[in-house]
Amino acid sequence: MKKLSVSHLLGIKYLQPEDIHLIFETATHFKEVINRPIKKVPSLRDITIANLFFENSTRTKLSFELAEKRLSADVINFSASQSSVSKGETLVDTVNNILAMKVDMIVMRHPHPGAAHFLSKKVNSCIINAGDGTHEHPSQALLDAYSLLEKFGDLNGKRIAIVGDILHSRVALSNIYALKMLGAEVTLCAPKSLLPKHIESLGVKTSTNLMQVLDWCDAANMLRVQNERMELSYFPTTREYSQNFGLNGDRLKQLRKEIVILHPGPINRGVEITSEVADSDQAIILDQVENGVAIRMAIIYLLGSQLKRAVE
Amino acid sequence: MASKVLLSEKKVKIILSRLCHQLIERHGDFSNTVLVGLQPRGTLLLERLMELLNAEGIKPIAFGVLDITFFRDDFRRSEKPLNAKTTEMNVSVEGKDVVFIDDVLFTGRSIRSALTAIDSYGRPKSIELLVLVDRRFSRHLPIQPDYLGAQVDALQGDKVRVVWGDGTNESIVYLEKQSE
Repeated sequence: MKKLSVSHLLGIKYLQPEDIHLIFETATHFKEVINRPIKKVPSLRDITIANLFFENSTRTKLSFELAEKRLSADVINFSASQSSVSKGETLVDTVNNILAMKVDMIVMRHPHPGAAHFLSKKVNSCIINAGDGTHEHPSQALLDAYSLLEKFGDLNGKRIAIVGDILHSRVALSNIYALKMLGAEVTLCAPKSLLPKHIESLGVKTSTNLMQVLDWCDAANMLRVQNERMELSYFPTTREYSQNFGLNGDRLKQLRKEIVILHPGPINRGVEITSEVADSDQAIILDQVENGVAIRMAIIYLLGSQLKRAVE
Repeated sequence: MASKVLLSEKKVKIILSRLCHQLIERHGDFSNTVLVGLQPRGTLLLERLMELLNAEGIKPIAFGVLDITFFRDDFRRSEKPLNAKTTEMNVSVEGKDVVFIDDVLFTGRSIRSALTAIDSYGRPKSIELLVLVDRRFSRHLPIQPDYLGAQVDALQGDKVRVVWGDGTNESIVYLEKQSE
């Protein structure tokens, strides 16, 4: 019988390849579950999960909440905008107060890198990182890799391009860790100003030539330009960015082979990807969303099975 | 661990043939019947029965394979994590006569979980249970088989193991005694 080597999901960095395979195997079973006429199983009926979102989110929050409900967990939601955080309460105090209400598991998104890691050291609960600033977004990377695996069967030796705002992207970092762990080759493509220094030390290549990278890769993950995290101008205009780094139908037609297109959402149509590409058969964006629920069910199920027992 | 043969190859063959005819007696041409093998080991018995039923000229037969892991009542109570197996239910059970097929009936808890799990695929008209081996006096729940291969008496720690032949090996049911 297999179990995860960790008791929190803080980042892909802390996982072993076996953990990823176990999550994928379990997610496959849950994917079958969410395609049943009745999509709910009773496994986590005695577990309560708090979703703490200190930063805006639509997709991830809905996906986690749905995953929790499909597993029959009780769910409470919390958004920073409506809370005592604005009254000056610290993160640890907020979370300890929630845990005092007998909550078993915390799913947290936070604008500060390392927030989930910090919390896991300070409070006695199971923490799932749903994105911490520009650091990691493990569940997104797992669902991206899972969606690619569904397409390709095996990622060993596959060439994956990550294009766009690498500097501000937690999706990029988690994806790099996950894809490397599964044996894929990764190339990052972005304007120089949006490539972190020394990122090659993670074993990836970098490029500023989109056509070259597209010609090289089997799949391209198009990231969103995160205007909300930019205090400076990283490129002259959106139009110029789109001309150099945007994916459109003409570019795809010039390639020698069909490549798979991913996007973690939300899409800025016409900036990093045109509608023509986003709605094409090559794009697996909606598969990613479906797989997201299955992957999150697997994460919660596996971590939940390691929680201390309620009835001894 | 000492092991004793409970059912020989010859006995298993006779029992399978009887179970198959009992099914035909009650289900006729199987037009409203769905056979459901319970993972992991019930599916092997399902395969054997399907072969025999097909040989009797009954086909097609609607069938599925059901894994009950996510419906088990010992989540977080067992020391080991519960890893699931594949479910393949490509049939609707709405209004159908369902037969659960498993190799060994022990505490009855798997069957209880299966009764809940099958609801996800519709509301069957009826559900019956077919098992190859019934471990008497070990039930935790009021569950009994409708079609029964053989009854055995085994102590709590003993294991009843069904080994299916693959052409070269024989199909045999063993009782594995707890080391004394």
